[in-house]
Amino acid sequence: MAENNPTDLPASVLAHMGTGREHPQAKVRSAAVLEARRKAESGDRLTKEDALALYEDNDLLFLAKCARAAKERKSGKNVYYTVNRHINLTNICSSNCPLCAFQVEQGDKRGYVMEHDDIARVLEQAKATRNLTEIHIVSALHPDKPLDYYVDVVKQVRKALPKADVKAFTPVEIVNFAKTSGMTIREVLQVLQEAGLDSLPGGGAEILSDRVRQIICPKKATTAEWLETMRTAHELGIRTNCSMMYGHIETIEERIDHLLLLRGLQDETGGFQAFMLFPFHPAHTKLGEEHHLQRVGSWEDMKMLALSRLVLDNVDHFKAFWIMLTMPIAQLALGFGADDLDGTIGEEKIIHAAGAKTNTGITRSTLKKIIRETGYVPVERDTFYRAIPDQDDEKEVQG
Amino acid sequence: MLATKEFEDIEEKVLRGERLTREDGVRLFHCHDLAWLGALADHVRQEKCGDIVYYNVNCHVNLTNVCTSRCKFCAFGRDAEDKGAYAMSKEQAISLVREAMQDPDMGGLHVVSGLHPTWTFEHYLGILQALHDTFPQLYIKGFTGVEITHFSKISGLSVREVLTKLKAAGLKAIAGGGAEILSDRVRGELCPKKATADEWLNVARTAHELGIPTNASMLYGQIETLEERVDHLLKLRALQDETHGFQTFICFPFLPKNTELGKTVKQTSMWDDLRTMAISRLMLDNFRNIKAYWVMLTVPVAQVALNFGANDIDGTIHKETILHDAGATSPRSLSEDTIIRIIKEAGRTPALCDCNFNIIRTID
Repeated sequence: MAENNPTDLPASVLAHMGTGREHPQAKVRSAAVLEARRKAESGDRLTKEDALALYEDNDLLFLAKCARAAKERKSGKNVYYTVNRHINLTNICSSNCPLCAFQVEQGDKRGYVMEHDDIARVLEQAKATRNLTEIHIVSALHPDKPLDYYVDVVKQVRKALPKADVKAFTPVEIVNFAKTSGMTIREVLQVLQEAGLDSLPGGGAEILSDRVRQIICPKKATTAEWLETMRTAHELGIRTNCSMMYGHIETIEERIDHLLLLRGLQDETGGFQAFMLFPFHPAHTKLGEEHHLQRVGSWEDMKMLALSRLVLDNVDHFKAFWIMLTMPIAQLALGFGADDLDGTIGEEKIIHAAGAKTNTGITRSTLKKIIRETGYVPVERDTFYRAIPDQDDEKEVQG
Repeated sequence: MLATKEFEDIEEKVLRGERLTREDGVRLFHCHDLAWLGALADHVRQEKCGDIVYYNVNCHVNLTNVCTSRCKFCAFGRDAEDKGAYAMSKEQAISLVREAMQDPDMGGLHVVSGLHPTWTFEHYLGILQALHDTFPQLYIKGFTGVEITHFSKISGLSVREVLTKLKAAGLKAIAGGGAEILSDRVRGELCPKKATADEWLNVARTAHELGIPTNASMLYGQIETLEERVDHLLKLRALQDETHGFQTFICFPFLPKNTELGKTVKQTSMWDDLRTMAISRLMLDNFRNIKAYWVMLTVPVAQVALNFGANDIDGTIHKETILHDAGATSPRSLSEDTIIRIIKEAGRTPALCDCNFNIIRTID
């Protein structure tokens, strides 16, 4: 290329307009980092030290490349989505976790509880949704509602929508049911399973460290209780998801330990279907206020996604939960190891209470377009990642 | 590095430092491996300018939104009698800047405005002179190739004469806007009343000859084809070969809200934003700096863009107006702390610079 200088540019300008290769230095990496990179590239299992080394190395696009390869080993070119409906039965909660912006105390005028007729109305709407495959129910720990209330909800959904899968109650809720009913976790799960429960969502894991839980959610299920619920569910043939909420007061090491706990249980049971990352939204939470927390950046989101995909080598699917990430970032996540955009979600209250700015619903054709733009193939799925035959795009579902 | 077979030849070229062709550019726009594109662009960025990310503390001054051009992609321009139309007086412009001067690091002004139907060139010139006289320490970057062409037409002066007068009145650099897509097909449809592709390039060339550095930009995601994006980049690259006068290149995704064109065209995806950034970095091999303009891209995209070829994240921006009229959801300004945090999280070194890319301080 031509190197002639413009006639009259001052030297101070020219000094900053070089076209040559002025910084040829290569990054110097330790043997530990090089070994971790080698493993990540070849798809070998990563140790805790490997994961920490890759985190520190901070080579986002290298992680993306390896995570993308890991994703393609699991699900090829497929990217999944589902048509589902969220129901949050109540926001009145005895847990009062500092991390939460959704819960209110009993007596608060913002409090609500959905009773039989309220639920019936939602289910009526859901019936009109074409190809609705899943009802997703997650709620606060209501101080007075007995286990029977929840069992009845499952039965009611089952009856109204016999073809839809019922994915309901995080381990935190299950542990609470056990406490309020005096039953064991196994007994609670069995009662719910008999009523028609198909699977458990992955929430409430937060960070599986009791140091962290003491600060962010002291009253709810401990690490051991969360894991025991998942193990028991898997033993009963109830598939579950799993998750991590990061970007609050946890250390990087605690994040990696969390992933390793999940990987360890998955080695035993194989019952986790999908993993989700929840970046912590600090707005309107006590935790955010007290610790002056800011939402971590998109860089951190993508890095944790790719790194988690590499560490959790035995979990098949990674959800980019667009409600939390925003759709642009969720789409980007498909290049960083995610293979699932979750659903055309009806109404989501928990995360929006914490200031998420996303729309509360999205259509099937929009989701498909977003997936196709990344070069992947959109596949509509049910709760258990079984493909549903493609439909035409003309008739839109009502978000 | 990591190319799929299909793109190995391009990767080898880039690693050898060889120039990419038009065909290469078009092929890259059909590549789905976003992380690979990013890594390739990041490699070039690393070689060209290391790990520093520039930012500056600046103030945008949009003198008027009254505009005769009324481009279909613009939500800022208005007719004089429209609601919300404004035209700042000299005193108002000075008072806006004085407020921004409360920041001790305030380094420069970015002055870009509508093509006001009754303002003369002398009027614009007078405001520039007044800003320069009142704040002689501020580096003033102002007026796009479109405004300069307009000044030439309304004054009867040549572009060279207009630029000479602006330089004498204190203008240090020309802003990069108004390039849109340098294709007269696209301009004919979207902005027929303003500078043509050749006129825009001529302003840049003349400015460079006069020792005035300029920026360059691309407004994409409107009605242009991918080929037209590549051709646009090639036109900028060819002029840069001649003059070396472009300081930085800025990608502007079209923001549809409140615009005429927005009735039929939707906003670009983050995916498109990042690949366009990376491909621009790869094609513009003779540009040192690529800016991730956070106002348009949003802060999350701008941050990730630091891994897709960008080494400049613009500035704190005191009260952005033009793009917020088009529904930009990003804040109107960012604190220096926020900018530093964004850059550091991306593993890079923030450096406060003046508008001429001279480093004032780096933040370790």
